[in-house]
Amino acid sequence: MPIRPTFMRDVARLISHAGPAVLSVSALVLVWEAYARVSGISPTALPAPSRVLVQGFEQRDVLASHTLATLQATLFGFSCSLCAAFLFSVLVDFFRPLRRALFPVFIITQTLPLVAIAPLIVLWFGFGLTPKIVLVALVTFFPMLVALVQGYDSTDRDIEALMASMGASRRRIFVAARLPSALPYFFAGLRISITYAVVGAIFAEYAGAVRGLGIYILNAKNNFRPDLVLSAVFVSATLTLCLFGATVLVQRAAMPWARFEEPKP
Amino acid sequence: MSAPRLELKAVSKRFGDLEVLADINISVRPGEFVSILGPSGAGKSTILQLLTGALSRDGGAMACDGVPLDGNSHRFAFMPQRDALMPWRRVIDNTALGLEVQGMSRSAARAVVQPLFAEFGLAGFERNYPAQLSGGMRQRAALLRTVVQESSMLLLDEPFGALDALTRARMQRWLSGMWTRHGWTVLLITHDVREAVLLSDRIYVLSPRPARILRHYEIPLPHPRTPANSHALAEVEADILQTLLNLEE
Ligand SMILES: Nc1ncnc2c1ncn2[C@@H]1O[C@H](COP(=O)(O)OP(=O)(O)OP(=O)(O)O)[C@@H](O)[C@H]1O
Ligand SMILES: [Mg+2]
Repeated sequence: MPIRPTFMRDVARLISHAGPAVLSVSALVLVWEAYARVSGISPTALPAPSRVLVQGFEQRDVLASHTLATLQATLFGFSCSLCAAFLFSVLVDFFRPLRRALFPVFIITQTLPLVAIAPLIVLWFGFGLTPKIVLVALVTFFPMLVALVQGYDSTDRDIEALMASMGASRRRIFVAARLPSALPYFFAGLRISITYAVVGAIFAEYAGAVRGLGIYILNAKNNFRPDLVLSAVFVSATLTLCLFGATVLVQRAAMPWARFEEPKP
Repeated sequence: MSAPRLELKAVSKRFGDLEVLADINISVRPGEFVSILGPSGAGKSTILQLLTGALSRDGGAMACDGVPLDGNSHRFAFMPQRDALMPWRRVIDNTALGLEVQGMSRSAARAVVQPLFAEFGLAGFERNYPAQLSGGMRQRAALLRTVVQESSMLLLDEPFGALDALTRARMQRWLSGMWTRHGWTVLLITHDVREAVLLSDRIYVLSPRPARILRHYEIPLPHPRTPANSHALAEVEADILQTLLNLEE
């Protein structure tokens, strides 16, 4: 079976890629642990990593429920954002002048500082899921839209001319040529945006929420529990990495031809 | 005598200030293999784009089987200068693209192209992706995609331009054999004089931009051309080469 050798190669590549990073992170954690123990610094200022781990583990049920809330907001918000970005990308692709009308508005949304906008959105939409979804969509919509539009424009002109010579309609050309051409751009945008999405959700929660890692972090900070703050940070980092990994897997599955192509310079 | 399959009369085309085609007169009879030779940038690809409807002409007339070509009423099977295979489609689905666009279901289109894979030297590669093919195989796949459209005429834009010399020579022989067997009507664009001489019944030589027909050659030798013809072919080739070189002065 061809699956096994590629799988083994992937594992080997993962080890060779991730090895140095694992080493440097481990070294950092060790130095931190040593410093926290030897210097006698108060754990309310700088908790040792071991303490972060233990405290976080003790709080695992609470942490898990908050994490679930954040994950839910991230996925909901990101899905809404993806749908909207796709719809607008199609609209803009078929009606070019719209691009010039809409893009400036979208660019302005990208210049808004999150710290200022998050409390306002909570004010407008309450403490539930809605403000989180709105904020996640706000930070991820435009990058995804740009990725898609750029992807459509990357379509090989010869392929479009060929399809036109076959009598294909505009819609047909879009579906059969422009859409698949945009996939690499789409996934590049997806990988970046999914990390923004988690940050966006946590920001919204930090500005006010019933549940979620953001509000957990805020409470832990107010209770002078930096160990719990760091536990939550650790969880959110892990969450982001998992989501990132998931997009890579989805891309593999969605673009089976890509592994045969020579890497672009 | 019946109307020519394709007839271009005094066709002209300009891009803004750039006059590309000045006065193009070409005719192709059914079953004929006709080549257009010309310097790079002369407007050879532009002629094909006029025929596929990607561009519209500024003057002159074009007709297919005596029927004027206007709008997008007529479809020729077109093979672009680069193979334009879709990287995301398997080879079989790339070759079936034209049939699918014509409204055939994917499985029906596959069933039409499948039996031709062996003849095109692609047997066993149906389920592969284009990135897994060699340059020569890609060109054959692109050609297969072109011929299955069952169009009245094939328009080939430098099909072998990107290949190495050996593969190109092989592909030329192969195409010559295929053409003899299938009786296609072909209009071939090339700037390889030897290729044109080897494959064509007739050759039009274009002048540099703004292009007009500079010379017209008939090569009344049987196909596929054998080493026995090589002397006669070499003479025509030398003549055309001289014509093209004289242009530079
Ligand atoms: N869409 C276009 N808009 C403006 N100029 C164009 C366009 N298409 C072609 N041209 C110009 O027309 C001229 C002829 O182009 P064309 O592609 O037909 O040349 P060609 O004979 O096929 O050349 P080559 O042998 O290099 O393929 C070139 O100078 C090119 O820059
Ligand atoms: Mg050309």
